[in-house]
This record gives sequence, C-alpha cells and structure tokens, in this order.
Amino acid sequence: MRIGVPKESRPGETRVAATPKTVSQMVGLGYEVVVEAGAGQRASFGDTAYQEAGAAVAGPDEVWPSDVILKVNAPSDEEISRLRPGAILASLLAPALSPHLVERLTAQGVTALAMDAVPRISRAQSLDVLSSMANIAGYRAVVEAAHEFGSLFTGQVTAAGKVPPAKVLVVGAGVAGLAAIGTANSLGAIVRAFDARAEVGEQVESMGAEFLRIEVEDEGPSATGYAKEMGEDFNRKAAELYAEQAKDVDIIITTALIPGRPAPRLITADMVASMRPGSVIVDMAAANGGNVEGTRPDELVLTDNQVRIIGYTDLPGRLPTQASQLFGTNLVNLLKLLTPGKDGKAVIDFEDVVQRGMTVCQDGQSTWPPPPVQVSAAPAAAAPAAVVRPEPRPRDPRRTYAAMGLAAVLFAVVAASSPAAFLGHFTVFALAVIVGFYVISNVAHALHTPLMSETNAISGIILVGALLQIGSEDPVVRTLAFVATVIASVNIFGGFAVTNRMLQMFRKD
Amino acid sequence: MTTNIVQAAYIVSAVLFVLSLHGLSKHEKAKEGNAFGVTGMVIALAATIWLAAERAENALVTLLLIAVAMVIGASIGLWRARVVEMTQMPELVAMLHSFVGLAAVLVGFNSYLSAEGLTGSLATIHNVEVFLGVFIGAVTFTGSIVAFLKLSARIKSSPLMLPARHWLNLAAVLVSTGLLVWFVASHSVVPLLVMTAIALAFGWHLVASIGGGDMPVVVSMLNSYSGWAAAAAGFMLGNDLLIVTGALVGSSGAILSYIMCRAMNRSFVSVIAGGFGQEVSTGGDKDYGEHREVQAAEVADMLKDASSVVITPGYGMAVAQAQYPVAELTSQLRKKGVNVRFGIHPVAGRLPGHMNVLLAEAKVPYDIVLEMDEINPDFPDTDVVLVIGANDTVNPSATDEPGSPIAGMPVLEVWKARNVVVFKRSMATGYAGVQNPLFFKDNSQMLFGDAKDRVEDIIKAL
Repeated sequence: MRIGVPKESRPGETRVAATPKTVSQMVGLGYEVVVEAGAGQRASFGDTAYQEAGAAVAGPDEVWPSDVILKVNAPSDEEISRLRPGAILASLLAPALSPHLVERLTAQGVTALAMDAVPRISRAQSLDVLSSMANIAGYRAVVEAAHEFGSLFTGQVTAAGKVPPAKVLVVGAGVAGLAAIGTANSLGAIVRAFDARAEVGEQVESMGAEFLRIEVEDEGPSATGYAKEMGEDFNRKAAELYAEQAKDVDIIITTALIPGRPAPRLITADMVASMRPGSVIVDMAAANGGNVEGTRPDELVLTDNQVRIIGYTDLPGRLPTQASQLFGTNLVNLLKLLTPGKDGKAVIDFEDVVQRGMTVCQDGQSTWPPPPVQVSAAPAAAAPAAVVRPEPRPRDPRRTYAAMGLAAVLFAVVAASSPAAFLGHFTVFALAVIVGFYVISNVAHALHTPLMSETNAISGIILVGALLQIGSEDPVVRTLAFVATVIASVNIFGGFAVTNRMLQMFRKD
Repeated sequence: MTTNIVQAAYIVSAVLFVLSLHGLSKHEKAKEGNAFGVTGMVIALAATIWLAAERAENALVTLLLIAVAMVIGASIGLWRARVVEMTQMPELVAMLHSFVGLAAVLVGFNSYLSAEGLTGSLATIHNVEVFLGVFIGAVTFTGSIVAFLKLSARIKSSPLMLPARHWLNLAAVLVSTGLLVWFVASHSVVPLLVMTAIALAFGWHLVASIGGGDMPVVVSMLNSYSGWAAAAAGFMLGNDLLIVTGALVGSSGAILSYIMCRAMNRSFVSVIAGGFGQEVSTGGDKDYGEHREVQAAEVADMLKDASSVVITPGYGMAVAQAQYPVAELTSQLRKKGVNVRFGIHPVAGRLPGHMNVLLAEAKVPYDIVLEMDEINPDFPDTDVVLVIGANDTVNPSATDEPGSPIAGMPVLEVWKARNVVVFKRSMATGYAGVQNPLFFKDNSQMLFGDAKDRVEDIIKAL
C-alpha cells in the first residue's frame, strides 16, 4: 500500500507528519511512501533527505490519492474531497468537538483514525500524540515564559547584588505540566504544582517541585486517566489556593483540560490583577477557552498591571523539528499496530480496544463515539480489604522448649543403652555441627562457590577410612578400598586445586 | 604410642579445617584459609598412611597400593581442576559430590565386611551406622550424578513429573527403614544390598524431579549430604576426624541451602518436593502493556551520560559466556569516571556464589560486586541498570503482587533506577514461569539478542 504525506495546509503549522527517519521505518514495514514537495521544509527536513530515506517526492495530485494519508491537523473540507474513498486517514481530528468533520469524513467513505483519541492504556502510550505533543508544549511554555519574563529563573549571588530565584506555579500535572515542572526546575526556579488528582503528587515531587495539597473529602481517582470535573467544596478551596499563590509567584503555567469540554476557568481576573507587575502567565488551555480570565488564543495580552498572558496554541509547532519527529514516530507505531504482518498491508482490527477507540468512521459508517475503555486501576480501592492477611501468629515459645525437652529425653533413652565409645563420638559430632554452623554463617555470599569446592575437598577426608581398609587381606575389601581411595583422592586434589584457582582470580582494585 | 600421635595429628587437622572454613569469610583471608585446609589434609593423610602401614600385614604392598591409587586420583583431580571452565563450576562441584557419596558407599560396605567380632549393642550400633552411611552415600551419589547431568545439559533440566512422586519418595524411606530393622536383626548382606539399590533410585528420582533453577539449593543440599555421609563413615570407623569434618561440611551445606531457600522465599521442603513452575498459573492473560525495544548504540549513549551504573547478571550471562565483554565494558566505563557496580542476587546462577566467580574470572574487582542487600538502597540514585540474563530475580511482582507465585521473594529492585535495560533473547518467562512486569515499565527497555554479542556491540559503540 502507498502512504501519502501531504504538506500541512493550516496557516502557521510548521510540523509535518513524517520525517526521513520515520519514512525509512515505514518503508521497513513494507509500505511505499510519497511525500509532498516542501512538506518538511518548515521543520528543517529537505526533500532530498526524504528521497534518501526511500520516499518519492511528488506534487499534491499524486499524494492525495494514496491508500493511507498521514497528517498532523484535521483535513479541510477541500482536502477531504481529495481523499480516495476507502483510504485510511490518520491525523488529529478532535472528533468530540467537531461533529461536522466526522460527518464529512463518513460521507467521503474513508476510514479515519483520530490520533488524539487514543485510549489511555499503557500499551497505547507509544502512539499517543497528545502525550508526545504535550511534553514538547510543556517545555516550550517555560521557554516562552522565560522569554517574556524580565528576570532570571535561577537565583544567584553576584558582585552586583543578589538575584532572587523565580517562583513558578504549574497548575495541572499531566504530561505537559510535568514537562513544564522539569524544565522550570532545571532552569533553577522554585517550582510548585497543583493538580486536582492528589495521586499525582509523587510524580510532581519526583520532578523536583513542591506539590500543593488541599484538604477535601476524597472523591477517588478518575476512571479515564484524565482529570474530571470536581465538586463545589473542592473548587472553592482550590480557588483560595490560586488566589494566595497568585500574589506570591512570578510565573503561572496552566495546563488544565477536561476532554470534550471547555477548559475550566481557574485563574480569575482578580487573581491576575493581584500578581506583581512583570509576571507572566502561560495558558496552555487557550485553544479550548483558557484557564485564565482574559486569555486570547494565539495572542500575548498585556494587562493593566503589566502582567503578560500568553495564549499561544501552537506551542509544539514552535519546536517543529522535534515535534515532527515525535508525531511521526507515533504514526509509525500506529502503522506497526495496523501492519502485524510487516507486509505493507494496513488492516484495522476492531477487537483491539486501541484501534477501535481511535476509529472515527469506517466504510461510510460513523463509529464515533467508541465504547468506553476502563483504563485506570480504580477498582483497587475495594481490594485492600481482601488483601489484608492475618498476621502469622508468633510460635508459642513453650512449644519449642517442649520439643527440645522431648528430644533430650529421647536422646537420653537411646544413650542409656549405648556404649561409651559411641557417646564420645557423638559429643564430638554435636560440637562440630555447632562450630560448623557459626563458622559458615560468617562466610561472604561472594565466596560461596569457593566454600563449596573447599568443603568438597575436605569431605574427601573419607579417604582416611579407605586408607585404613586398603591393607586388609580380604581381596574384596582391598579392591573396594582401592577404588574408594582413587575417587576420594580426586576430590581432595581437585577440590583444593580448583578452590585455589578461584581464589587467585578474586582481586581488588 | 602411634595411636596417640595419630590422634594428635587428627586433632590438629580438625582445627586446621575449622580455620580453613573460617578463612573463607573474607576475601583477604581466603587464600590463607585454603592453605590451612591443604595443610590439615596433608597432616591427616600422613598420619593415616603411617597408621595404615603399621597395621597392615604387608606394609610395602599396602603403601604401594595407596601410592598408585592416590597418584591416579590426584592426576585426574588436578587435571579437571586445571581445565574446568568457570561457567562449568556447578557441574564440577556436583561431580565431586558424587565421588564423596560413592566413597562413602564403598567404605560402608568394607566396614560391614571387615567388622567381625562385634557383639551386643556395639554390633547393633555399628550396623545402624553402616546402614545410614551407605544410605546417605548412595543418595548423594546418584543425586549428584543427576545434578551433574542436568547442569551440563546432558539431560533436560526440566523437572521429571512421575505420578505419585511424593508417595514414591515416602515409600523409599519407609521400605529402607524396614530393611534397617531386618539388617540389624539378621546381620545379612541382602537387606543392605536391597537398601543400596533403593537409595540409588531414590537419589536419582529426588534430583530428577527438581528443575534447573532450583539447582543452587540442590547442589548445596548434596554438599550437605556428602558431609553427613563422611560423618556416618566416621561413626562406623570410630574416627573423630571424619566425624568433625563431616559435621563441618554437613552444616555448611545445610546453611547454604537455607540461605538459598530464604532468597527464594520458599521452604526447603517445597524445593526438594520439586516441580516448581509447573503447577502455578503463569498469569499470562494480564495486560502489562507493551515493551519498548532499544538498540545497542542507544544504550551506549545512555551509559556515556550516566554517572552511576549497576549491572545485575543472572544465569543468562553464564550461558552466553558474556562475563568477559561485561568486564571489558565495566573497565571502559570506569575509565570514563562512571561508577559501575554489580548487584548479585543470592540465587543468581546455578551454584551459590556462581556469578561472583565468573566476574572474578573476568577480572572484575570484587569490591564493586555487591550483594542484594547492599545494592538495593542505591537503585533510586542509579542512572542505568543493565539486567543481563536475569529474570525472576529482578521481578517487581515479587513485591507488588501478593497473588504472584514469587510473592515475597526478595528481589533486586532495579525498577527504581532511572533507566533499566534488559538483555534478553526473547520475551519468554523466566524459570518460575511468571511474567515479568519489569519489561513493560516506562523506564525499562529491551535489548534483544545474545547477551555477549549485544555487550560487544555496546563496547564498539562506546
């Protein structure tokens, strides 16, 4: 089958759905790849690089009739009409927000896969473009904030005076939030973060930020892996927290999104007004209405008190080379899933929840929305009750003493009828076992193999028995003793020699 | 007079043997310990040969026979010790165990044949000693042979699952007990021979029904048995040196078995009863997600940027003979200033301490080879962990999943490190037949292929 990679038509889009590296991977899966001339230019991938990777470079008329179309953005109406019926389209589609687009694609008779509708299960992470783009966007959000911020992020003490570190508040600790936390932290800022899901606190702390908590009744983790809308009490307390933090911090980065709904309004105009002049807010939810009052998508707003609100919606596109590479790799991972035979034939398996979840329409039928996929281990909340196992009861010491007493009495009975010589030997035996126990307990684990070959060698001491029997006049006894002597000697000499060989090898630096 | 000198020599030898084992508690004193062992053995043998020559009716023939037998044995032993590969140490140790077992059987029969003139309780006790000595010796002999064959892959290492195998074992013990009563009462050779045959079969079956991964326990158990066999021989010959040495070796093996069992969180009985990994469900229907594959060059980049690296080898490293490239990789990284250490699980390999010997052979300094308890607290500060040929010993389900067959087993907590690279031939499960969620963790990546080739690729890329 042939894969077509058209040039992105949306104004300002810098990314491309395939890079030379992903092209060679797709060729490896058995596909023929055709890339529109100039498609990768803005992401610094030249046409020749694509050709070297095994793709054909052609005009749009040759690209659009391909069997599989890979795009970054959803196709425009005009582009949809160029799709060949029966073709497979994979791109961002936002099916929940754009019913019109779903209708058009269905009418065109194509199979459309929404890269932004991948179920959030660990197996599907490798094709989740929301994660990979959010990661880049989070990084870029900090860079944009630093660019607009009039001071340093890191604290320093210099000859010219002390530079205080910037304080950064990150709201929403998803992939973008965590990336922003990591980036701000590595620039030297003091980073705090808040998320409605208390269970992400550990991840936030692992990235080097302080996790802010508020006390509310636990509402349990969300079942879809995304944040959900919270209750009244929670919202009120969170608002208090934001208001308090706004007065203190220099940078606020908001990343709160609830899929299929407008972004929650978290930072009010009052809070913005309470911030210090020169502060910067990056509203990463600007495309969906914004978390901050006063955000305008794709614009930098300067408020009356000199606070800058950044509402760029193209943050991943501002790092086009890496964004394209990650997006392209997500698409290759999708193709790997669709091409189990590595024979260049894409098939969609509706039994697979990942493929089913992404498919928006197929063969003129709308398949949106898909049945829900339960991804979080939420039912674990009920499990602890079952897991609690009864503590093993400590053994009653009296039983141990009783057993020891019984053993002593039994031994006394046996010993009473035994000759003195035997008892003498038994004394030696019992003491030797105890000595052995204490000596061996101290042996280092690392020396267990030499220990075994050493004990092997000294258990060849049974040779002593054989030696004393070899002088016997009885030919049978003599022969058996001879054989025993030979094999016990193997043990003694072999055991000591190999122990020595091993010990010679152990060396210290 | 002679007897007293010999006794004195025996006491000195016994003390030297204790000192010898004590020396093995530290690397620094280990060679000295071995020297003590050799000295003790020389003293004991010299005294015994003297005694044997004095007692024998024809001293010259006796000495000649002893010399011939010992020269034959010594040349075989020294030759094996010189040529054995360190990866074959488990086989060699198992084979040496079988020799002690066989010697104990032979000495036992001799003792039976030559012990005339004992009466009353002395005769009874002597007979019991002979019987027990032969029984333990025979079990050790065939058990060790099976262990040897399994370890050298001459027979399949999977457990032999006879129907009613536990009953067979029980029957063997009960019948042998009955034969003991008969033997003591009749002093006839028949019950002794029948028991020997049963014990040989019992030893064979006992080890045959235990799988390859439990071999550390089996080998140390056989080590222990070989000691008890020597001690039993000491009782029947009335020789304290044999008793002391046998008891030392016996308790040594018992402790090693105990350490191995504790490292697997299993009872000794369950290991010996055999068949682990066959009866448990593999839990394969659980979706752990997808593993990520990585190439050698990327691993090399990762290692270049790391400041702390831990390598956790397992039996797979021994199979692939990868210890030399691993040592080479270690020394290259250390030259670059990377802190490289090894984390060894107690049951890694097929013999207690097997990995340490392999790494020592490849000239890895022993002070960077750490035990599990020493290395576990350091994983959160480790940049890269290389898991080479280990599986069950790094399985997080041992701590995370109470229902897992290996739950509660202490493991190397490699998943706490920032990056984990798992060297593996395929996605197959380990010895315990349990899927390893480590492979699907976000911070772990798989490097497929022969461990030796892959490590060499990394060295090239560095």
